[in-house]
Amino acid sequence: MNNRAQVRMLPDGRRLHMQDGPIDVIVEAFSAAREIALAYRAAAARFVGVLDELCGELEFLRRPACEDGYLPSGPIARRMLAAVKPYASQIFITPMAAVAGAVAEEILAVMTSAAKLSRAYVNDGGDISLYLEPGERFVVGMVERPDRASLFGTTTIESCDPIRGIATSGWRGRSFSLGIADAVTVLADTAAMADTAATVVANAVDLPGHPRVGRVRACDLAPDSDLGERLVTQSVGELTPREICNALEAGIRVAESLGGSGLIRAAALNLQGETRVIGAEARSGQAGIPVRDGSPVHA
Amino acid sequence: MSVADDAIRCDACPVLCYIKPGRTGACDRYANADGQLVRLDPHVVLERAVSRGDTLVPFLEKSREWDGALLSGEETFVTAIGAGTTYPDYKPAPFIISSEVAGVDMVTVVTEGIFSYCGVKLKIDTDRHLGAECSIVRAQGEAVGHVTTNEYGSQMLSLGGVRHLTGGSRHEGMATCDALLNLCNRKAVELKIDDGATVIVQADKAPIVDGVQEERMRVGCGSATIGMFAKQWFGKVDEVVVVDDHITGVLSEHQAGKLLGVPESGIKLKGRRSTPGRYFRVAEPGTSWGGTNIDDPLSILGPFDREVARRGLRLLMVSTTGEHHAYFELDESLCPVEKELPTALCESVERIRENCEPALCTVLFMGGAGGSLRAGVTENPVKLTHSVRDALTRVTCGGAPVYVWPGGGITIMADVSRMPENAFGYVPTPALVAPIEFTLKLSDYATLGGYMDHVRPLSSITSVNRDEESRRRLAARPDNPWPLASEKRK
Repeated sequence: MNNRAQVRMLPDGRRLHMQDGPIDVIVEAFSAAREIALAYRAAAARFVGVLDELCGELEFLRRPACEDGYLPSGPIARRMLAAVKPYASQIFITPMAAVAGAVAEEILAVMTSAAKLSRAYVNDGGDISLYLEPGERFVVGMVERPDRASLFGTTTIESCDPIRGIATSGWRGRSFSLGIADAVTVLADTAAMADTAATVVANAVDLPGHPRVGRVRACDLAPDSDLGERLVTQSVGELTPREICNALEAGIRVAESLGGSGLIRAAALNLQGETRVIGAEARSGQAGIPVRDGSPVHA
Repeated sequence: MSVADDAIRCDACPVLCYIKPGRTGACDRYANADGQLVRLDPHVVLERAVSRGDTLVPFLEKSREWDGALLSGEETFVTAIGAGTTYPDYKPAPFIISSEVAGVDMVTVVTEGIFSYCGVKLKIDTDRHLGAECSIVRAQGEAVGHVTTNEYGSQMLSLGGVRHLTGGSRHEGMATCDALLNLCNRKAVELKIDDGATVIVQADKAPIVDGVQEERMRVGCGSATIGMFAKQWFGKVDEVVVVDDHITGVLSEHQAGKLLGVPESGIKLKGRRSTPGRYFRVAEPGTSWGGTNIDDPLSILGPFDREVARRGLRLLMVSTTGEHHAYFELDESLCPVEKELPTALCESVERIRENCEPALCTVLFMGGAGGSLRAGVTENPVKLTHSVRDALTRVTCGGAPVYVWPGGGITIMADVSRMPENAFGYVPTPALVAPIEFTLKLSDYATLGGYMDHVRPLSSITSVNRDEESRRRLAARPDNPWPLASEKRK
């Protein structure tokens, strides 16, 4: 237990809000009132230990993931490591890339084992873990830029879809990004997988060396960032349509390869008002992601 | 930490971020402001600083070595602002602090109380008619209170209360909570009174009634003003009417004029005569001349009595604050013709204005400390009530003095202007979160069943090298009694 964590119901009386240090989680469960209460109680009980548990292994979690077989002790840390491992041999990645998604998954897991729910979600700062009983669905809205609350599209996730995780990454968000995407939203089988993939795809939407992209060493902004001396994006000037297209293409190539290996199910990439989507057609056209003939559309 | 690195280590949570100057930690709640760790809603410590200026001076905890002097409770008082609450668990209050004052161990129990039963008593200095008594007062279109009594020069509003907070619709509750929170934190709030005025109120600021900023409070009613200034007018003008929505005064008919020998002028006032020279209801209430609805002062006069009035008669009409005034002379047909105000009369009009104090809005927070809050102080809550009643326990709000209502329970009123800035918060219930501190002798605390094993020394709060949140230190207001002072020291 700690005395930092805040747990409260939001004014709508339906959603639970929990905050501790940098972790900010919104939870909603759908079921009979009694079951919801059980789920929320379990969520809160689990939540108050999360930050201390993670910080106990923070040093390890901030180091690049590798295949040496070491397993962290915390269940959330293990989820994080599992989510980033598929990438470890090819790129620099630390388990921290999956932290928000892994926390969301863990909280959802204790809720669904404590109570009988028809559906539920845990939203950890935009990285969302979903639970759906057969026949249930969620309609998910997507934003063009994480710092603005306007939706550019919605997508429906059915219980028969394999998708149970949604995550968004971009240079305007709270975490550092190596790329220039305003927002990359990824649908994947788990929240930790989506979290990692969104980070990776957002990093790939890039114009290396472009003069109108302001980059600063991560350690100059936050000395203990796991990104060390890597350059993180701090500003992006106006880009030409050609440049936007090139940057998005770079991201799409990575997203398609992740889709091919099952690491993601769909992704929407946003840069300066242009949107590219992959995986929507595979989702039998029920996705509301605005896509026309595979060409970029204005959001 | 590397040598060239001016980052600081945040120890608010176990992430232990290194934060560079001008940046926030991973949580966006703690920041490095010029080498100091700051928090958005810091826990406020009042520091008694008699020698310091006359207002609260916020300053950040310096990263200096603790010098030991702060240990003394005679100098430092921990407020409940930012302390956290006990609600809904009946656990000990977040801070129970002991300090030694004049050789006696004192305990201050500090908590942020969640007040569902609370509201604001608002005094608006104006003679303008804001609305009829009992009219609904609205904020954001929702009913948040009502108009209550008219006091001398002021209109009282009662806002909030549990019925508006939780007894009505969700919107009503949120709008009420919002209005109370802003008023208590000394921010401006626009209130609309049903069939009345729209008024912008802010603690310690002049009210703005229907877009017009109120300047002055009236010195007295129209009749009183005649009494006060009759001598100064005598000989310089033949007739004076002080226009007032309550009682309009007429010099020649008023006792004060009679005593001076002011002759009859033949003036005829509309409205209902109360006693000689005093008239009720000369016009409808409003936001113009003397709190009436008139813009033309002559509209409250009938034709002059042709038997008494004479050509050239000099008439001054003035409002109770001197804000409105006009000077007339009667022409051959005994009709008043407006002329420039003679210099000799300017002075008396100015004198009325001078005697009118600046119009202000004042905000008193009123709330009742409920059972769970009291249970955070002692295992037997009623004993705390008795102790407060017996004046063994002093109650303060953010270090400011409170008035404790007689009778049962702990129902308090506090002037928000005497509290540190942004002392209030809210919870989505909706309810207000207000700081409340109970200060008593350690021995009395033990007697009333206090949480003795939770008592911690002041040094644990004020020393800097602890795994604690950053504290905000404020100089105490010299006009507030020092919360830890014993009665005789005052």
